[in-house]
Amino acid sequence: MNEAKLHIPARGRNLFDVNEVRKDFPVLHQMVNGHPLVYLDNGATSQKPRAVIDTVSHYYETYNANIHRGVHFLSENATREYEAARDTAQKFINAADRREVIYVRGTTEGINLVAQAYGRPRLKADDEIVISTMEHHSNIVPWQMLCQQTGAKLKVVPVTDEGEFEFEAYLKLLGPKTRIVATVHLSNSLGTINPVKKIVEAAKAQGAMTLLDGAQSVPHIPVDVQDIGCDFYAFSGHKVFGPTGIGVLYGRQELLDDMEPYQGGGDMIRTVSFEETTYNDLPHKFEAGTPNIVGAIGLAAALDYVSNLGIDAIAAHEDDVVAYATEKVADIPGIRIIGTAPEKSGIISFLMDGVHPHDIGTVLDSQGIAIRAGHHCTMPLMKRFGVAATSRASFALYNTKEEADALVAGIWKVKEMFKR
Amino acid sequence: MDLRALYEEVILDHNRNPRNYPKRPEGTNHTAEGHNPLCGDHVSVHLRVENGMIQDVGFEGDGCAISTASASLMTEALKGKSEADAKVLFDRIHDALMADGVTSQQVTESLGKLAVLLGVKEYPMRVKCATLPWHTLQAALKRFDEPVTTE
Repeated sequence: MNEAKLHIPARGRNLFDVNEVRKDFPVLHQMVNGHPLVYLDNGATSQKPRAVIDTVSHYYETYNANIHRGVHFLSENATREYEAARDTAQKFINAADRREVIYVRGTTEGINLVAQAYGRPRLKADDEIVISTMEHHSNIVPWQMLCQQTGAKLKVVPVTDEGEFEFEAYLKLLGPKTRIVATVHLSNSLGTINPVKKIVEAAKAQGAMTLLDGAQSVPHIPVDVQDIGCDFYAFSGHKVFGPTGIGVLYGRQELLDDMEPYQGGGDMIRTVSFEETTYNDLPHKFEAGTPNIVGAIGLAAALDYVSNLGIDAIAAHEDDVVAYATEKVADIPGIRIIGTAPEKSGIISFLMDGVHPHDIGTVLDSQGIAIRAGHHCTMPLMKRFGVAATSRASFALYNTKEEADALVAGIWKVKEMFKR
Repeated sequence: MDLRALYEEVILDHNRNPRNYPKRPEGTNHTAEGHNPLCGDHVSVHLRVENGMIQDVGFEGDGCAISTASASLMTEALKGKSEADAKVLFDRIHDALMADGVTSQQVTESLGKLAVLLGVKEYPMRVKCATLPWHTLQAALKRFDEPVTTE
């Protein structure tokens, strides 16, 4: 007997009870348009568990204060929790040092910070920045702006018809002029998981700096920044069951130390006079102004929630539900799934013959099913597939096979309504 | 929510078989392209206007059922109308779609067949789909002094 086939991943089998997990998310238990809510727009933002909601309320109810400055009781508590939250984030992505965890508003701000604070002083005309066709606009536009500022050039790795990163083409794009490689870990439009370790390795061989957009990966798959070996890794709190307006930029200490600050203001300084200002140490050098204190603490609660369930158990559950849903959706005549890479997670992007994604979205909403219809902030990728928009069902740890069935029934209703 | 109020049979019919589509009339002298950055939809409206009268009209582009039906119904309504009447019709549709609350009987009647578009008012996110072709029409008409000639 083939031993490989006998191998059952030990990731949380029988330990993950989705019905128990659902009880942790108050928002899920409501009727929408007369139907139980089926929330499949997790790629846009995720719902929040009770633990996060309570942590945020508790902060405001008991110890709201500014940090790093007060000598009073509340400020000491707030500072301690804010910095403890940093330790939680550090462990979650396995950063080597807590000072490598910079709080930002989200993935977008993290990428902009790197483009401006790392890229702008270092790049010159004809240097090259390599990204891929499947990037979110937030991992395209900051680099285009940097190109305009420095005269550097943007190079784009193509994707296959299945939605995979074309690795051979990538290797050909790399060269002595390559200074930055920035790519997405898990595509928000396709669900493709990119071979980031290999991508980073090849970039390093050329001496290029690497940044990964982790907005979609962090809620779904294990992320170990030291194992990946990237220089920067950015993710958003709200996509991993935390609050909006908070995110993390991981950066290797050596690079962060060498960079000038992104913004000036309070908290990022050591001393200020009108003649000269000296900057604070990491990570504070990059955290000007009063930060999103409660956001950071709420994010730590979210990361603890994910860790307690176990990211491997979450991934196994999601893969099971998404595989089930994919098979059922693909069976519907006239449906074409965009993004069929073998390595994918969490997302089913699809087209229906003769029916526009917006109409699909509205008809599904009438049945309480929330999906996203549009270009998903990946217009170049849509162009690559020759479409203006897709319908996207994006799953999270609390979604069930029953919800997948509801989605399928909903799509059949769309077909019925728009039949020719 | 009753979906049939949005997707009335007239809307579904015009989506299935859009009138004056895809079409750029011979001798088009007014044209504009409309774009909804939210969804990536785009529509082009083409008019042949002679002596202030809309002699022919057509549209091109890709859109949802609501924007396609709206464009199709619009082109039907425009043919043979004066430029001034077309502007009045734009105002009437625009005001009816953007106004809060229930549309009065009088306004509904004044819209005639176009009144089916009012179903979209229950779906705030979709109002732009219905108004896109009309805004594009307005842009095309404004170019009265700088006609775009075909061929």
